[in-house]
Amino acid sequence: MIRMENVHKAFGDNPVLQGMSLEIPKGTSMVIIGGSGTGKSVALKCVLGLIKPDSGMIYVDGKDAKKGDRDAFLARFGMLFQGAALFDSLPVWQNVAFRLLRGPLKRPPEYAREIAIEKLRRVGLKSDVADRFPSELSGGMQKRVGLARAIAAEPEIIFFDEPTTGLDPIMSGVINDLIREIVTEMGATAMTITHDMSSVRAIADNVAMLHGGVIQWTGPVGQMDASGDPYVEQFISGSAEGPIEAVR
Amino acid sequence: MNPFDLLGGLGRAVLAMLATFGQVALFAFNAISHIFRPPFYPREFIVALMNIGWLSLPVVGLTAIFTGGALALQIYAGGARFNAEAVVPQIVAIGMVRELGPVLVGLMIAARVTSSIAAEIATMKVTEQIDALVTLSTHPMKYLTAPRVLAALITVPVLVGIGDIIGIAGGYVVATQNLGFNAAAYLQNTVNFLEPHDVFSSLVKGAAFGLIAAIMGCYYGMNSGRGAQGVGRATKSSVESAAIMILAANFVLTGVFFSL
Repeated sequence: MIRMENVHKAFGDNPVLQGMSLEIPKGTSMVIIGGSGTGKSVALKCVLGLIKPDSGMIYVDGKDAKKGDRDAFLARFGMLFQGAALFDSLPVWQNVAFRLLRGPLKRPPEYAREIAIEKLRRVGLKSDVADRFPSELSGGMQKRVGLARAIAAEPEIIFFDEPTTGLDPIMSGVINDLIREIVTEMGATAMTITHDMSSVRAIADNVAMLHGGVIQWTGPVGQMDASGDPYVEQFISGSAEGPIEAVR
Repeated sequence: MNPFDLLGGLGRAVLAMLATFGQVALFAFNAISHIFRPPFYPREFIVALMNIGWLSLPVVGLTAIFTGGALALQIYAGGARFNAEAVVPQIVAIGMVRELGPVLVGLMIAARVTSSIAAEIATMKVTEQIDALVTLSTHPMKYLTAPRVLAALITVPVLVGIGDIIGIAGGYVVATQNLGFNAAAYLQNTVNFLEPHDVFSSLVKGAAFGLIAAIMGCYYGMNSGRGAQGVGRATKSSVESAAIMILAANFVLTGVFFSL
């Protein structure tokens, strides 16, 4: 389980998180929604320790995320970045098997390659993609490679940062279905941030609405449409009228 | 304008400069310490050796040969004013080995390698590749910085040595083909005049300049701002800082080696 308690983070004089608290039960898929610049990615990076919160506590399975062996902590996570964040200098299979080629999870290269190809197949990519470089792939294929890399070491917790941004609706649907399948199949805890409502409905068990640096509403995805929360309602309808200012 | 505002602005600029010096020093210390601490990344080190060393050879060679040739012409023309044309081999040798070889190679490395390291790492930063490295349990200082710094530390002295030889060869070609020097006598004078101390100082300067070039590239890459502008700024600042620091270090090292 991931628990964030009263997390604050500001960049200079711009407060982003202003007391965010959230709980993600083990084995469930939480989707955080919210407008651009509301701190969704910051929240996710705070959990991973990529950004240090100014105050507040973050617990993973009851343990303080700041304490303990950092490598062991990170080994439990997989992450799909917004732009896939593939390493340009490495072929696709080495991107996917990155963790398996170095560090404590190191495997022989042939075995790591086999796993990479299997994971690529899992996300709907053929084995001939393995030896290509990221720059030779389309945006959708890069996202899928990023997804394959996120699941390569079979992590317990997977983060998805805007998994469908920049993709056409069909490719978005494919990625959403893949994420749902993988999370269910692996029994992983998932935390996704997005403002794509079709992703929310496809991926989420629970939804949290982040606005003004705090969680305005959280609940099961089935209750989202009848939440009664003005922020959630405005976000779902996409209306310019409501508590969320259109010009920020 | 209020003189206090001016003073305040000056004070802030000085403090910012001192803070940057401190940050660069800490970064350099950190980068060097990671060279000796596992895990090591041999593949990245070999790639860096190729990029910094082998692929810099053409630019270093061309810079050195033209500089050596021009130096021979200048010394001959200048020496003729007081009947000292015969000193061309000695001055070309000492000029290339002690000063021009290391400095020019250092500046070419700053232009070619520092810029490329800064742009590559800055691009990795803005495209979240460095965050991705961290989430994959890989320390960016170990994976990106340590191999490049070590490769520069090893290859730049070698490049300086090669640059010295090619520069002297440039002077030799010009002197023997255009200025009427006897080939055997030219080589003899060159070899006789140079001392091991000259060559040693040249190589030490090369190592220092390589270290500066790699560290400045990595530092500005790792601390780049967002977007294309951030990458551009990081690249520009890295080359400017590396070039200035190389020239400053050259002055200090020349003082240490030859003024004592």
